Amino acid sequence: MKIINCPLNGPRNAQEFICAGEVKKEPPQEAAINDWADFVFLENNLKGVVHEWWCHVATSYWFIVTRDTATEEIMATYPPAEFLAGQRRTGGADSE
Amino acid sequence: MPLGLLKYTLQRKYQGDRYFPAYRPLRGTYDVAIIGGGGHGLACAYYLARDWGISNVAVLEKNWLASGNTARNTAIIRSNYLTPEGARFYEESMRLYRSLAGELGINLMYSERGHLTLAHTDAAIRISRWRAEVNQYLGIDSELVGRRELARLCPELNLSEDVHHPVLGALYHPPGAIARHDAVAWGYARRAMESGIEIHQQTEVNGIRSHDDGSVELQTNRGPITAGKVVQAVAGASSEVARMAGIKLPIRSVPLQACVSEPLKPFLDPIVVSGSLHMYVSQSTRGELVMGGATDPYPLYSTRSTLDFTEGLMANMLELFPFLENARVMRQWAGIADMTPDFSPVMGMTPVSNYYIDSGWGTWGFKATPVCGRCMAELAATGKVPALMRPFELERFNRMEQIGERGAASVGH
Repeated sequence: MKIINCPLNGPRNAQEFICAGEVKKEPPQEAAINDWADFVFLENNLKGVVHEWWCHVATSYWFIVTRDTATEEIMATYPPAEFLAGQRRTGGADSE
Repeated sequence: MPLGLLKYTLQRKYQGDRYFPAYRPLRGTYDVAIIGGGGHGLACAYYLARDWGISNVAVLEKNWLASGNTARNTAIIRSNYLTPEGARFYEESMRLYRSLAGELGINLMYSERGHLTLAHTDAAIRISRWRAEVNQYLGIDSELVGRRELARLCPELNLSEDVHHPVLGALYHPPGAIARHDAVAWGYARRAMESGIEIHQQTEVNGIRSHDDGSVELQTNRGPITAGKVVQAVAGASSEVARMAGIKLPIRSVPLQACVSEPLKPFLDPIVVSGSLHMYVSQSTRGELVMGGATDPYPLYSTRSTLDFTEGLMANMLELFPFLENARVMRQWAGIADMTPDFSPVMGMTPVSNYYIDSGWGTWGFKATPVCGRCMAELAATGKVPALMRPFELERFNRMEQIGERGAASVGH
């Protein structure tokens, strides 16, 4: 995993990126504090295929990476709009 | 001479004791089952027998004894943490460590070297002073030292100002020590087994179910067992095992890499750490430099080694010890660290009754082995959370009461 294919900048060195963690669904404003604590602190931390937020630091470009945390293989990278639209279509909300 | 040796070998009266008693079959029920046969799990087993007289205990290890992070850490023991909760906990651990070799009857090679946390910026000096004050208030031997004192404590250190990050001072912790990490696990395992506790290697838990009567059933690759209480101590696999019990944790699994150099003549007495340069180094009794750096930049469950890590680490090592430019790296490895949002562990009760957790040990688990084992044993025996452990409960995240530990190593702050 030395090269990451950025949807905006093309293939770039992995050191130019930061990983900001798994894609989660934000709870509604009026949700209980435990739901907020879950959203802010708890992690699925799956061993396997996950969807994560990554950022290309030099251009501040945020996007989604689908990768396997067991094998260190990147399956795909997408612009967030495309990924989130896909999630709405399938009705899936969480990264599980 | 070879004949004499052969005769000696064949004589029955010179046969040595087995270090561990012979293998026993897995039984169906236990008072306590401990998932994970690393330092923490084995320590918990030992203190269950020693302090609470509970020996109907099974330790289940999916691989071999202490094959996970107990064998992969860089064996540094210190208590100069920033938060009073953390410093108090680790100080108790060091107190237990000092008398542990005698108690366990094994040479832990516990060696007090002194621990230097270098400061390269005004901000780092400020944090060092803060840590020293917290430490001194709690009776921990810790102080801020300047460049002159540093040159006396570690004459090999490059204190030139003509470098990328000149050293301004350091937090000095004289009792900082290194120990033989495998021996800690073996010592606990042997004493635990002498009390009748069973240690089952190659026994992997792959299902967890709690019963209405409060007992917990564990499915293993060698058949099911039922335990009155379960302690989970599986650093590196905490989220995956907890998921089987229906528990979600504030943990990301991130590889932490380390390496050793070829053996060199003894030259480095103290343990030297630099947070700004993301490196730490100590010299083992064999002369190898044991070196580590920052955790990897993204979560991963693979213990592969990377060239990025060694390159980045050595650039900074050579700034502090330029004469090592021709020394070679002998081995490199990785362990999977349980990183928590506040750099403090997650221990104690869980939403599942009679299921206790010992996790979130990121880059700070080895030094806590004795105190954590003792506290987890007390929790499993009494069902009450010991006072030392209470600040680190999983429930703290629901109360927004994190223990922000900026004294943790190998992490950017």
